[in-house]
Parts: sequence; structure tokens; C-alpha cells
Amino acid sequence: MRPRWQAPVREQPAVLSDDQLERNFADIAPPLTNDYALLEANKCLFCHDAPCTLACPTHIDVPAFIKKIASGNLRGSARVILEANPFGHSCARACPVEVLCEGACVLNDRDEQPIKIALLQRHATDYVLEHKLKLFEPGAPTGRTVAIVGAGPAGLSCARELRRFGHAVTVFESKSQPGGLNTYGIAEYKLKADVALAEVQDILDLGVELRTGVTVESIEELLTEYDAVFVGVGLGSTKRLGIPGEDLTGVIDALTFIEHLKTHPYRDTKVGQRVVVIGAGNTAIDAVTQAKRLGAATATIVYRRGEADMPCYHYEYELAKRDGCGFRFQAAPQRIVSNGNGAAAGVAVRTPQGNEVIPCDMVIVAIGQGERDELAIPRDHPKVFVGGDCANGGAEIVNAAAEGVQAAKQIHERLTNG
Amino acid sequence: MADLRTTFAGIQSPNPFWLASGPPTNTYGQVAKAFDEGWGGAVWKTIGEPIINVFSRYGSVDLGATRMMGFNNIELISDRPIADNLKEIAEVKRNYPKHACVASLMVETKREAWHEMVKQTQDTGADGIELNFGCPHGMSERGMGSAVGQVPDYTCQIVEWVKEVATIPVIVKLTPNVTDITYIARAAVKGGADALSLINTINSIVGVDLATFEPQPSVAGKSSHGGYCGPAVKPIALHLVSAVAGDPKVTVPVSGIGGIASWRDAAEFIALGAGTLQVCTAVMHYGFRIIEDLIDGLSNWMDERGHRTIADIRGRALPRVAKWEDLDLNYHLLAHIDQDKCIKCELCWTACEDGAHQAIRRLPRNNGGPVVEIIEEACVGCNLCAAVCPVQDCITMRQIPNDFPAVTWKEYAAGKGKLAPRSDQFHTATWSSRHV
Repeated sequence: MRPRWQAPVREQPAVLSDDQLERNFADIAPPLTNDYALLEANKCLFCHDAPCTLACPTHIDVPAFIKKIASGNLRGSARVILEANPFGHSCARACPVEVLCEGACVLNDRDEQPIKIALLQRHATDYVLEHKLKLFEPGAPTGRTVAIVGAGPAGLSCARELRRFGHAVTVFESKSQPGGLNTYGIAEYKLKADVALAEVQDILDLGVELRTGVTVESIEELLTEYDAVFVGVGLGSTKRLGIPGEDLTGVIDALTFIEHLKTHPYRDTKVGQRVVVIGAGNTAIDAVTQAKRLGAATATIVYRRGEADMPCYHYEYELAKRDGCGFRFQAAPQRIVSNGNGAAAGVAVRTPQGNEVIPCDMVIVAIGQGERDELAIPRDHPKVFVGGDCANGGAEIVNAAAEGVQAAKQIHERLTNG
Repeated sequence: MADLRTTFAGIQSPNPFWLASGPPTNTYGQVAKAFDEGWGGAVWKTIGEPIINVFSRYGSVDLGATRMMGFNNIELISDRPIADNLKEIAEVKRNYPKHACVASLMVETKREAWHEMVKQTQDTGADGIELNFGCPHGMSERGMGSAVGQVPDYTCQIVEWVKEVATIPVIVKLTPNVTDITYIARAAVKGGADALSLINTINSIVGVDLATFEPQPSVAGKSSHGGYCGPAVKPIALHLVSAVAGDPKVTVPVSGIGGIASWRDAAEFIALGAGTLQVCTAVMHYGFRIIEDLIDGLSNWMDERGHRTIADIRGRALPRVAKWEDLDLNYHLLAHIDQDKCIKCELCWTACEDGAHQAIRRLPRNNGGPVVEIIEEACVGCNLCAAVCPVQDCITMRQIPNDFPAVTWKEYAAGKGKLAPRSDQFHTATWSSRHV
């Protein structure tokens, strides 16, 4: 299915209309119609020991949920998905399926398009949201208590499973809203905050106590109060470039930029006319495409290494190119040039051809997140469990969900059998 | 280009493709349009005392996302005045003299009524008459349709009445809703039928609405059994056509009906003895335009295979329809997997393991090589793996030659002939093929 959005033809996109902004941030992969879902579901071969399932970090039984769509059992289908992956809604929208389930689909070996697993997963899970189905129940109370630090996909996946085991769960979240990067950091055209929050609410409804706006400063302290602690605090803020000019007006880090976009009406997020994004990971792509979609005349990735070295997924690179974003490879930023009034006016880069200044009025820094140094995590403590980005160094929602579920099993085992 | 011209019980048509009696042959406009698009003949929607239909008439069975894999109807015969139908048949014959136009008739079981109807029909210039002894729904409750066609004596009797006055070929359309269709076929021949056509539709209920428990198609909350047709019934029709066409006591030509939607279907019917082919559901689904590929595909296939006329291929498969007891027990097959084509879905494994003879071994997915292999000593050559494999020609059945002459069950049971040795593993799946 083609993305609905197309690059504006105009070179000078003053301020885009609200309608245009809505279109620019509409779902890049719109939901399947019922007819299409049926057609697609029936294309699935129903492999045994299916490679798609093996490729999924949460091991969703993909053929099973797809066959249930084919049979008209959407409730059962969603249950298969969400049983394995508490974040089945957001994963259906934001998972890099090209390198996971869909990349493993055997139809690739028949030189065909793989089954649209992500869209089918969305079809089934949307049914649950639309009909407000409650698929899971809390377990009988065990009297045991667990503290979870961080209300992102790892922490809340862990929370859901612990509640199903019957343990009391308290989640501490420093932000005002739960969901972690699902709520604050996924490209708007992939996953919107309302879906992320609805997904979270399903988990909270199992009786999870959520304390937002609370920054945990000591895990040790929590251990005096709770039988176990799960830490899923994610990574820290975007790393700094360490070059002159980084504090000029118009220089912003990618996560702050995206978070602002996702928590305000589109027109309230400022974007430059000429935007440079430094970095070439998946977050850099999210930043550059969204800058373009907000109305930047030009939005250019500036990357110190070559095209083949970019850490972003290939399809993300393709998306940015389709969006009309520019790419400058082998261009190592040396400093951010001031316009003389304290604002950024360009990025001075060193290239194999020599030094030059790429003019711009906004610089978005996207060179990865640092560790969360401010919180000491006693990783070897028998009652402390860790998962998600802060454990794996930064991966996908589905990895965080898998690790949260896995940790819940370990915690349950520990609380049950000592 | 192959010569598709057909003479069937003396009725000539430019090709063997006729529209079967049904909704597509209800009016002059439809039949004329069909002939303009290339159809060779048409059997008019059954004419009789006009009936009154219910409003919901068709039920459909989808297979996955494929629509109308099976189809049924509770529609009755023509609801138009007899005179209107006959006038339009005459007009068709005037404007399309080289096409076959056959009138399907259904009349109450009275000699005079049949005589009157047959005479009126002949006055139109119709090429033939088809007696509708097959419709299983509605009309049968009134003693007509399959109520006649299910009783050999009634069938014979009415055919005799018709033949008393008929001057044009009489085709008897048979119902499949009987225990042995050849008895009815022979009765029709005994009565003087010039040809037979089969199959009419099969008694069916296509489904139940699970919200309301109404059987489908629902008429104000209730339904009635209807006639089943469409691609789903083709194998049944092929069998019955072969049974009738291959019956030495059936000495008249047979028109094949039942799920024909492509030239391949048509060629199979012809190979099993059909002289003409009648099509209805496929036209109801896709329109008269399907005739183009029916003709083009059949013609190309005949050219490629060196068949010049329909007569060259008619009945060619019939001598190969045998009794089970005459099949060769020493013909041994073994499944073969082309590992280069295998896409590693493991459908063959799960089918063989649970549904057949546990003759496929699984290998670890992560070994970089094949994930399935045939356990030769356990394979009974049943075809199941080849049937489920989603890749063309990936699993093929290969003959395992042996030095033993053919022996049939009939011979073997009579103490003649020797069985070639068979693996002692066939019936003792005591090992585990679960190697992962």
C-alpha cells in the first residue's frame, strides 16, 4: 500500500495548513479493509514451525493468528498476538517487520511479497481496541509486591505478566504519561500517542498502580519496600556532538524535537526552512522525515561516513528518499556556524573534497542516546531484573516487550520458589 | 486452428460450448448477446406453466477469499408466459440459424400436456428439446423435475410420451441425486432419448447465518434445500459423466454439465465422454465473455497436442476409468522433494506426519540445508505431500521400477501374480520421525 503522503512540490512551504499537516502525519500504513485482510490472511500458507514466528522476539504464533483472521475469529486472533506480546498494537505499527517476521516469510523464497503480517496484526488488534475487549484477567492475589521503574514497553510488559500471576505491581514513571518512547518517540506517521496510551491502559486496567512524574533515584530504596524490582528505564538523552556551536538557537536534539511534535498540535512544532539532521540511524530518519512533513523546504541528513555505513534500516532510508529528504555522506560536522545573532546558520563539514558550510536554520542532532548514568542499577542483585533499552543498549519495542515478559517469568519464579 | 464444430445428436453448433438451462438463458436478449460473443448453443431456461419465485434465490459458498466456489439456488423454472418464451426461441432461430437453440421443458406428468408442449416447441424451429428431470428443489415437491428423474420407470414413461410426437432430438437431463445414475440413464435411453445431459444440481444447504440461525439463502427467516453447482461440483459431475458415457448400455451422446469454468474443465469433460458442454454458474459469476478463453484455450491446447476435432478427444480418458480391482498393485511410487525449490514451509511434513504415513523427516531449520526429507522406506506414494506443497513441481511422485509384472487385486486375490516386495515399515510407524 502506498503511503498517503507525497512530498510537497513547492520549494517554499511557508506554513502548511492544518489539513496538509494531518495528511502528512496520517498513518503511513493505513489499516486493511476487511476484504483485503481476508484476501491476505488466506494467502498465508500456515507454515509449520514458521520462520515468521521464530523471527519474532516475542515468538507470536503468526500463522495461528492469521488463520484466525481467515476464519473470522478476530478476538481469538488478537488473543494469540497479545498473549505473546503485550505491545502487539504498537508493534503492528512500528516493528521493523522487514527484518523480522515479514523478512522471514517463506513467500520471499517463492519470489513473492511476504504476507503483510504487520497489517494483519493491526487488523486483529484494532478489533480489540474498537470493541474495548478485555482479553486478560489479573491472577489471584499472591501478596507479593514488585516495583517497576519505567513505564515503557519493557516495564509494562513485565507489569502485565506479573499482574496475571497475581503479584501487586507499582510502576514508577518520571514522565507525565506512561508508554515511554511509544508515547513520546515513535515517528508520528507510524504510531500515534492515543494508540500507545490505549494499549497502555489495557495493561493498567489489570490493576497496575502507576505513579507518573516520579523519578526513582535509588533502586536500593525500592528493595526495602518491594519483593522485587524491574528496571526498564530506557536510555538517556541524545548524545552531544561535542563541537562548537552546539548551544546556538535552532539546534535541538532529535528526541526533544519528536517529543514536542507528538505532544502538541502539529502547527506548534517549529521547523526550519532548511533543516540539517546530523546522524543516520533510525531516529535520524524519523527526525528528517518529520521535519520535511512539518514543512521544511529542505531536510538533509549529514553523515560522516558513507551510504553503506548508515545504521538505519534500508527501508527507512528509502522512505526518507521518497519524502524528498537530502543526504550528504562523507561529511563530518566540525562546528555549527552562527548567523551572528546566536542562531544556527549552517553546519561546517569536512568532506573528502575539502571543507564547506551547509547552510541551514535548524540543526537536529540524532547521533544516539547515552546511558542513564544518573541511576545506579545493581545489576547483580538477585531481586533486581533489567530489560528494554537500558539492558540491550537500545533496540525495538518488540525486544523490550520480550524482555519484559521474560523478566516477569523470572520474577514470578523467584517469588514463588524463592 | 482446431475444428471445434460439433454435431450432437444431430444438433449442429459452431463449438461445443452451450449455455446450460438457467438464468443466463431466460430471454432473447441474453441468448442473442451470448451468441454474439461466441457461444455455440443455448438451452433455454426451463419452460412450463409460469411459476412464482421467492425473492431470495441464491446461496454462495466462498473458499477463503475466493467467491462462489460453490453456489446454489432455490429458483424455479421460467416465470415468463410459455408463449413469450416460444416466440423468443423462434426469433433466436431466425437470427442465429447456425447456433444450437434447445428448449428445456418441464410439464406435469400427463401425456397430453407433454404432447401439447412438445408440439408447440417444435413450431418455434428449436433444434432440440431437453427434458428437465433434474431440478431437485421446489418443482420436485409438485411431482416434476427430480421427482421424475429419480424413478427409472417415470423417466422412461415420459420420454416415451415425448418421443411419440417429437420430430427433433430429445435430450434428457439427469439428476445426480440418485444412488446410481446409470439406472436412470438406461431408462431414458430405453424410452427413446436421443441424448443425455448431466448433471443437474445437487441437493444442498449452503450455510447457516450464525447470528440468526437462518439457513441460506434465507426467505423471511426460512430456507429450503436448493440445487448446488459451481466449481465445487465438477469432480462429482466428471464421475457421473464418465459413468454414463462409459456405460455400454448408454448408446446415446452425453452433454457434460457441472462446474465448467475453464477450457481445462471442458477438455476433461470431453475426455470423459462429453459431446457438448453446458455452462451456467461461471457465466452467472463472470458473464458471457468467458467464452473467449474457453474457445481460445481449448483450441490452443488441441493445436499443441495435435488434436484436430472434438471427436478426436472425446472419450479418450474413458478406457482409463477402471474398477479399483483392476489397478496395478506393483506400480510403486515415491515422493521426491526438489530441495532447490523448497521454501521450507514444512506443510508436507505436518500433512504426512498427522494425516498420512509419517514418512517425512524434519531437520533443524538453522542447519542451512533442507528442513524436510522423505523417509523412503515409509513413503507409500500417496500424493498428499505433493498435493499440499505450495510450490509447483517441488514435490513430484516418481515411479520406483521393479521387476515384477503388473498384478491387480482381482488377479492377486485369485492366487495369480506376485506382489513386488513392499517396505515392512509401511504399516509400522513405530519409529519417530520427530528428529528436531
